Amino acid sequence: MTTQTFLHERDRSRQAFLSRSTLLTSLVLIVGMLVVLVLNALPESSAWHVSNATVSLLGKYFTYMLLALAVDLIWGYLGILSLGHGAFFALGGYAMGLYLNAQTSPLPGWQSIMTYFPVAALAVLLAPGLLALVFGWLAFRSRVTGVYFSIITQALTFALMLAFNRNEMGMGGSTGLTRFYELLGFSLASEGMTVALFVASGMAVLLAFWLCQAITVSRLGRVSVATRDAEARVRFIGYRVDHVKLALFVVSAMIAGVAGALYVPQVGIINPSTFAPLFSIEVVVWVALGGRATLYGALLGALVVNYLKTVLTGVMPDAWLFILGGLFVLVTMLLPQGIAGVISTWRGKRRDGEKQDRQEVSA
Amino acid sequence: MTKIQHSAGRFLTRLLTHSMLLCLLLACGLGIGSAASAAPGEPQAQAEEEPRALLEALDTRSFEDKGDAAQAIAESAAEQKTRWLQALLDGRLGKERRGERFYIITDDSGREWPIIDAITFEDAGTGTRRTVEAFKINNDLRTRIEGLLASLSLNAGDEASRLSAAQRLVGEVTAGNADRVRGMRDDEESDAVRDQLDVALALYDVQQGDIEALGTLRGNLDTRVRNTLSSIAAGDSELAAEAQSVLGGIESKRAWYDRAQTLFFGLSAGSILVLAAIGLAITFGVMGVINMAHGELIMIGAYTTWMIQQALPGQPGLALALAIPGGFLVAGAFGVLIERTVIRFLKGRPLETLLATFGLSLILQQLVRSVFSPLNRRVTSPDWLQGAWQINEALSLTLNRLAVLLFCLAVFAGLWALMRYTRLGLEVRAVTQNRAMARAMGVRATRVDMLTFGLGAGVAGLAGVALSQLTNVGPNLGQSYIVDSFLVVVFGGVGNLWGTLVAGMSLGVINQVLQPWVGAVLAKIIVLVGVILFIQKRPQGIFAPKGRTS
Repeated sequence: MTTQTFLHERDRSRQAFLSRSTLLTSLVLIVGMLVVLVLNALPESSAWHVSNATVSLLGKYFTYMLLALAVDLIWGYLGILSLGHGAFFALGGYAMGLYLNAQTSPLPGWQSIMTYFPVAALAVLLAPGLLALVFGWLAFRSRVTGVYFSIITQALTFALMLAFNRNEMGMGGSTGLTRFYELLGFSLASEGMTVALFVASGMAVLLAFWLCQAITVSRLGRVSVATRDAEARVRFIGYRVDHVKLALFVVSAMIAGVAGALYVPQVGIINPSTFAPLFSIEVVVWVALGGRATLYGALLGALVVNYLKTVLTGVMPDAWLFILGGLFVLVTMLLPQGIAGVISTWRGKRRDGEKQDRQEVSA
Repeated sequence: MTKIQHSAGRFLTRLLTHSMLLCLLLACGLGIGSAASAAPGEPQAQAEEEPRALLEALDTRSFEDKGDAAQAIAESAAEQKTRWLQALLDGRLGKERRGERFYIITDDSGREWPIIDAITFEDAGTGTRRTVEAFKINNDLRTRIEGLLASLSLNAGDEASRLSAAQRLVGEVTAGNADRVRGMRDDEESDAVRDQLDVALALYDVQQGDIEALGTLRGNLDTRVRNTLSSIAAGDSELAAEAQSVLGGIESKRAWYDRAQTLFFGLSAGSILVLAAIGLAITFGVMGVINMAHGELIMIGAYTTWMIQQALPGQPGLALALAIPGGFLVAGAFGVLIERTVIRFLKGRPLETLLATFGLSLILQQLVRSVFSPLNRRVTSPDWLQGAWQINEALSLTLNRLAVLLFCLAVFAGLWALMRYTRLGLEVRAVTQNRAMARAMGVRATRVDMLTFGLGAGVAGLAGVALSQLTNVGPNLGQSYIVDSFLVVVFGGVGNLWGTLVAGMSLGVINQVLQPWVGAVLAKIIVLVGVILFIQKRPQGIFAPKGRTS
């Protein structure tokens, strides 16, 4: 049993919902969004103008941040490493993709119910949620933990990738779903839609962040952290550990589903490669780099890695896998608490320093 | 009725040939009479004239007549007849366009054909399409000539060639040669050839309406027998009903052999899984480490094979023999390197190890892409691994898959012996069961870790060597096996050699059995879901360790 004592210290300081880091992160998110919107509204001739393509790219980053939050919720606060969260993301994406396809041509069979937005929105939450419920129930009930759980989640997303590659699934086979034109009656190609999707994604990140924050400071959150650190003890005290895990796993899958649903209209395609184990495991490295068990760390990690990816795949495409692989190795070996860990140690040192100063003054 | 017609026809042909021969002899005799100097050549000329007449009979447009001429050749005493018929069958027997000589074309691939004289077999220089006209044959004639050739070689040659001739006769027995084949069957000494001839004759008799003869065909796997029987069974007579029942027996026997074939394919696919997973099982068992770069170690083994083969062009057998230790050592060295530089710093943090080794796998993949190329490379198998071992008509085992299966069993036996009888094996088992206690007893656990990891990596390299004989070698080779290997490890139970063997083999067989029903992809999905459900029941694999082991 490995007790991760390094996490206890920070947990104690973050008992309240409105902690300093929550406020700061919310503030940064809101201000960031507003700045982008204002810069986007500037005339194109201006040097400060932010193009629609960039806005769309940032919107995509927001959906990745959402996905990272989902992974961090269960990995950071529950200690279960899912290598298959891309599956939930893709399921949400496919639900949205079906809805978007239905806007231009009627869908065959059962898929025709996806023509209505409320049904589609429900499917975005329910498809990943139900899968997580069934899968999690099976896994947690028989106490599949640790690396075993990681591997069967990877097998799950791999199996889904194979399944969605089949034309018989009615999901477009290996090309996936594409040719999206309209969302809620508005054209997807319009400028307003790009901005609207950006804002929607940003708001989704903000709401999910608050939701996760609320969960982590709640009783459920504290039990889940306890489960992470000493599962057997929590069980012996009398908590239903499997219920706690299942609840968080389903919430996490739903957040991932929403992320996928927001991702699809901004990118314009969803195909089985989203189910690929590589994508799911990449998400884990975003969280690891940002700092697991800190929600703002997950957001930061997703942003940093994806920005790096965008820049580097453009400049030297061959090097990207070296860098990504190197990130995996370096982060796990040198930065086990990620960027957030570095920040908090640095802040901790400064606070200790202040304390010392004060002590000196009082003395 | 047809029989009578046929023999009458044959009689006529013979009469014709003989009378022609007589005329020729007469003409020849006249020639000799006029030229006394030719006297010493007389017997030679005579000997040449008879074959000449046989060949001339072939020079006709009617395929029917050509067939009769071929038959006459087969029945004649001419020494060259086998070669003629073979050349005729191959379309290489021909006649001079402006002249009377007959030639056999020895090679008709170019524009200028090397030719030999058909009667003396002496070199006759070259011929072209313009100077030599090959006799044409059609399908009916081809079948007939094949039958003639088969019965010819039944008379001569060793047992093996007689057996193959008898096999060719199945379905080729006609009213024309049935009696002769029957005679040969009675004279035949070898049991195997006689049985084969019995089958050929029985098939002919059945076609003629003989119910008794069906008994001989019971359980025969020959496709020709099956095809003939199914066309007979389509009718509505006593014979048809009987043929149907024989056919049913044949079909069920074939079905068994098909099952054996599926089992074989399943086991060979499973042996690849076992080879890929067994190294993983060892490292996971001993160190509790999930090595996500295991697939890339397999890839390194395969690339080692490819490189050794590049270094030894034209000697694939030697290259493969060298690749077995080579792949083991290179992959093993990489394994030790990974253990020393990364994994030992992540002790007791399995999830972090998983991520770090995954990063390593990305780096290794990209490294191979940059150093070699993103394209697949082909490793040629040595001759003795190509082709198939034909056990009977319904069952043939491809040699490379058979070799992989045997290789897997050999590697397994080697590993098992290592674990069971060596000092290292003892220490490995001790560390697997209880690391703290083993260390207290003086086992240097870190050294064991390093060696085990190297061993697991080396076995992955061996898996790569085996894989290179089955598929192309590419940067994604390892990735496609990693998920499957993990399933095998989980299914079989961690660190359990026997469990891995049984799990790998059964997953291979299950996959292969499901495939014809539901297709390859769905079969894979079913297996994946099945394993996930299996872990529900037995989280510790097939052979769960009894009692407390940790």
